[in-house]
Amino acid sequence: MNAAGRIAQDRAGLAVRESLAGRRNRSVAAGVFLGYLLLSTVVGLIALGVLLVTILQDGLPYLDAMLFTNSPSANPERAGARPAIIASILVAVVLIATALPIAVGTAVYLEEFAPKGNRLIDLIELNIQNLAAVPSIIFGILGLAFLVRGLDLGPVLLAGALILGLQMLPTVIIASREALRAVPDSVRQGGMALGATRWQVVWREVLPAAIPGIATGSILGMSRAIGETAPLLMVGAATFVSFNPGLLTQYTVLPILIYQWIKLPQEMFQGLAAAAIIVLLVILVAMNGFAIWMRNRYERKW
Amino acid sequence: MDPTSDSTAAPPVTAPGTPSAGLATLSVEDRTASGSVPIEEREVVFDCQGVGVRYNGKRALRDVDLRIHANAVTALIGPSGCGKSTFIRCLNRMNDLIPGAAVDGAVAYHGEDLYDPQVDPIEVRKRIGMVFQKPNPFPKSIYDNIAFGPRVLGMKDQLDDRVEQALKRAALWDEVKDRLKEGALGLSGGQQQRLCIARALAVEPDVILMDEPCSALDPISTSAIEDLMLSLTDEYTVVIVTHNMQQAARVADMTAFFSVDQGETGARCGVLVEVDRTERIFTNPANERTEAYVTGRFG
Ligand SMILES: Nc1ncnc2c1ncn2[C@@H]1O[C@H](COP(=O)(O)OP(=O)(O)OP(=O)(O)O)[C@@H](O)[C@H]1O
Ligand SMILES: [Mg+2]
Repeated sequence: MNAAGRIAQDRAGLAVRESLAGRRNRSVAAGVFLGYLLLSTVVGLIALGVLLVTILQDGLPYLDAMLFTNSPSANPERAGARPAIIASILVAVVLIATALPIAVGTAVYLEEFAPKGNRLIDLIELNIQNLAAVPSIIFGILGLAFLVRGLDLGPVLLAGALILGLQMLPTVIIASREALRAVPDSVRQGGMALGATRWQVVWREVLPAAIPGIATGSILGMSRAIGETAPLLMVGAATFVSFNPGLLTQYTVLPILIYQWIKLPQEMFQGLAAAAIIVLLVILVAMNGFAIWMRNRYERKW
Repeated sequence: MDPTSDSTAAPPVTAPGTPSAGLATLSVEDRTASGSVPIEEREVVFDCQGVGVRYNGKRALRDVDLRIHANAVTALIGPSGCGKSTFIRCLNRMNDLIPGAAVDGAVAYHGEDLYDPQVDPIEVRKRIGMVFQKPNPFPKSIYDNIAFGPRVLGMKDQLDDRVEQALKRAALWDEVKDRLKEGALGLSGGQQQRLCIARALAVEPDVILMDEPCSALDPISTSAIEDLMLSLTDEYTVVIVTHNMQQAARVADMTAFFSVDQGETGARCGVLVEVDRTERIFTNPANERTEAYVTGRFG
């Protein structure tokens, strides 16, 4: 190799060394960032752990059959959460029967059938986005004015459940649209190219393919609604209900009962509240766990 | 033609190219004859006149005059962006599904105007199947993939048979007969593409359109699909888009060369340069642009 060639090669080597050094600098920055992320996670986990431990300490001694079989009572020895648990289940049923089909239907229409670039459709989409950001108390006010007073339903379980459903709509619509959008267009084209109608393609191919995503979003939306308190206080959920609620009776739900018990002076009620929190937590964790399991189980690589 | 004689006596051998064959599938006589009848004289399945397409007002293809004959493979070749996919989508009204796409000119299918307002695009696509560049099986079992078409079209009798026949036709049966209930996405790319072809065959179309069906496949799968195309011409009319000259030379009876014209305003627009028998396109094309392209000297 001649001298010029050697010099050229040295230069090239230098350039490579420099560029490799640059990489190391970047990797230091990446390390710092990673450390920060880890720290944030740890802080969150510690806070959660402390909360859980306190709740378990306070609540476990009160977590017995009576909590599920007895009604609330002024006497903490006999007090239970049965009406509230039943009400929470009923609320979930109403959500499944009303909000869920409406939300999925809306998502399917907007994603699969709505004309693109239509002003009205754009406006509706914008409103759905905005609705997701409205504070829950506002939904409570709407429920009070429209359902409880306007339609004269009174402060009954159905009114509360409907307003929770309304609040849940945007979340589920957005999640369902995302799931539908994740189904590649090639599936729709493949179906249409076989002479299927758009409706047949959506019903037989697109919707089934999107169901895991839709279900995940729905379960997450429902679990949020089950844990909700503020709008129900607004539409007049009672705090003391000793009978089994129906759709058109007074009611209280778990979070409100917890809120009520915590305010009471007797120490035993604090323990009962903690036990009820455990029940609520188990329900919510189970729902979320199921949603995550579903997502992983049916996750699809296209 | 004298209408009275037409209705009384059974007509003699239908002259190839007459629209009287209508939408009916081809008879046995036609099939046996197809080996000997010169391709230009076979029945015309598609007669395109002055076909053009605009996307959002911008012209992408213009003035395509092209006849596609029955029981033959017609290949569409040309540089990227010259409108081959755009054109092939005109043949089964898939362009209807593309927002902003507008087709002009006339496409006659067995003599019937495909773009007549009376024509239902769904009916068109039942008869004119399509296979896409990227295999697009449905995310369900192999069996359900094939059964989808017959199910939605109400051809539910002897579904198992139908599925088996389609898979055999697409040379996939032996590879999948023991796993029909397994997911189609677990198949290899080449198998998926043959599955998509089988899916199209299961609804017994008249024509199969294939837009670069082998572009994602290895040589072995490619050759399997080429054999398949050749074997399909006994019952079907096949139109393929391909970038592979050898492929066009191997499988096509007729080859159409598309290219891009630069207008005075500088707007690029796809045109049909030349269509002829494949051997003539590749050995002795009439147009010098065709020659430059097929010999690899395309500018
Ligand atoms: N959906 C669409 N919207 C707007 N323009 C489009 C659309 N599809 C195609 N075009 C335009 O039409 C022209 C022809 O495209 P087309 O896809 O038909 O080319 P092609 O010959 O199939 O190319 P390739 O060989 O790369 O597949 C291109 O200029 C392209 O940009
Ligand atoms: Mg193309």
